[in-house]
Amino acid sequence: MSQTVSFDERGDRLVDIPQTNDPSQFVSKPLPLQLRVVDSNVVRKIFVVVLLIIGWQLYGKWTDNDLQFPTFTATVSAFVDSVTRGTLVEQFLNSLRILLMGYAAGVVIATAMTVLAVSTRIGTDILETLNAAFSPLPAIALLPLAMLWFGLGVGSLLFVLIHSVLWPVALNMHGGFRSVSTTLRMVGANYGLRGLPYVARILIPAAFPSILSGLKIGWAFGWRTEIAAELVFGASSGDGGLGWFIFENKNNLEIPAVFAGLLAVIGLGLLVENLVFRAIEIRTVERWGMQR
Amino acid sequence: MAEVAPVPVGAPAPQASLLTVDGVTLQYGTRSVVVRATYRVSFEVRRGDRFILLGPSGCGKSTLLKAVGGYLAPTEGEIRLHGEVIRRPNPDRMMVFQEFDQLLPWKTVLQNVMFPMIVKRKLRASEAKDRAMAYIVKVGLKEFANAYPHTLSGGMKQRVAIARGMAMEPDILLMDEPFAALDALTRRRMQEELLQLWDGTNFTLMFVTHSIQEAVILGNRILVLSPHPGQVRAELRGVKDFHADGGPLVERIHQLLFPGTETTGGH
Repeated sequence: MSQTVSFDERGDRLVDIPQTNDPSQFVSKPLPLQLRVVDSNVVRKIFVVVLLIIGWQLYGKWTDNDLQFPTFTATVSAFVDSVTRGTLVEQFLNSLRILLMGYAAGVVIATAMTVLAVSTRIGTDILETLNAAFSPLPAIALLPLAMLWFGLGVGSLLFVLIHSVLWPVALNMHGGFRSVSTTLRMVGANYGLRGLPYVARILIPAAFPSILSGLKIGWAFGWRTEIAAELVFGASSGDGGLGWFIFENKNNLEIPAVFAGLLAVIGLGLLVENLVFRAIEIRTVERWGMQR
Repeated sequence: MAEVAPVPVGAPAPQASLLTVDGVTLQYGTRSVVVRATYRVSFEVRRGDRFILLGPSGCGKSTLLKAVGGYLAPTEGEIRLHGEVIRRPNPDRMMVFQEFDQLLPWKTVLQNVMFPMIVKRKLRASEAKDRAMAYIVKVGLKEFANAYPHTLSGGMKQRVAIARGMAMEPDILLMDEPFAALDALTRRRMQEELLQLWDGTNFTLMFVTHSIQEAVILGNRILVLSPHPGQVRAELRGVKDFHADGGPLVERIHQLLFPGTETTGGH
């Protein structure tokens, strides 16, 4: 395809750009498969996990002591064993159920406090002061007190769970609300939105990247607190859960089963991060161009 | 509050004042100072006007527009729409802002244009969709109706914001330097497009700008404000044909604002 160049009476150069179907003349075209595979986050992350597993297996073989550091294969077989013949699944579901309850309660309370904080000045003062006071306090440090107030059981677990989920979620949500641009706020007001509808339809979606990162941090904090609290509970009452599973197997010197329990914790973490939160991200903040 | 005589349907009253700004002084405070943005500004906007607030930075023109929008209450004077004092923002005065982030990023172009209609329950969803689509077609973005704002160029985002404002069919469309952040070529085209849209529907427009040329191209009435604090310097009629009569008017406005200086040709 050649372009026709002409000069007009002023001496200006004019070029005719012909329509073309020539594939070498493209505006956009798909990348070749091998480049897309290397660029895929999933592929690269699986690669990192495989490297870790190989390192683990080699180190386990080298120490050759299942009581100290079982190999990956020994852990997997203990895992399969605990799932099929033991109580791992049951304990796991126990923990997950309580975690979900505590997480949901924490998120609801955090949302209520944050909405109060963006609507009134005293609400802001309350949230900021409470956050500064309580967020550095490890949930597990409250456990003795919780046991005194709520006894040994779900009540105490929920109390420490809410404490560990509430503050990071509220802090991120509040930060997100405050960073919503003046323009978007004025747009929302222009539509006649006020009060809760304004929060729900403008502030929450506009602050969603921060809210989502708060939810992620809250989930991780909650999971840690859950396992840690069960370790203490396990020692005192023996009332189920993944932490108790780990504690019990350690007492029986079933170290591969301890590793299997830890593997379950890690596995759920990876699963929730890469499936649940990732799916939410793809459908929301990434689609909206708020996060890359 | 004054009772307003109902306007007969289909009988435009071209001389009746739609918006009255009556001796308005606007002040806003920071933590340590009080800033007076405008001092006793008065003017009237009639139905179908393309009313321009023109002035250099510091003349309070944006603050004045925000007060008309209901975001800010005058410390002195009154702003009335249909004789009713304006107290808070409302979609009967739709705003188009300068910033590109005025579209809700979590909604597509179509959803953005529909959203205020749905919020106000003005129309059923299907009607809102039809009307939104009609205005999206008007601003030439039919192919992008289902695109998210972050995939659009600055000019396209401003077109969506204009479509969103017009689709509500407000009493008055308030535009706060909507083309100021655009490149010069796009800005010129958007001005033409806005005039074409106005030709089609004769909506009432209040437009803030610091560009004398833009004021002369777009406005049928131009309120010239002097700065620190903003006061009315003149109220001028615009020109029909910018290429024929624009030059002298630009020169005249320049002399009003900056007496005794040469024009730089505007921009």
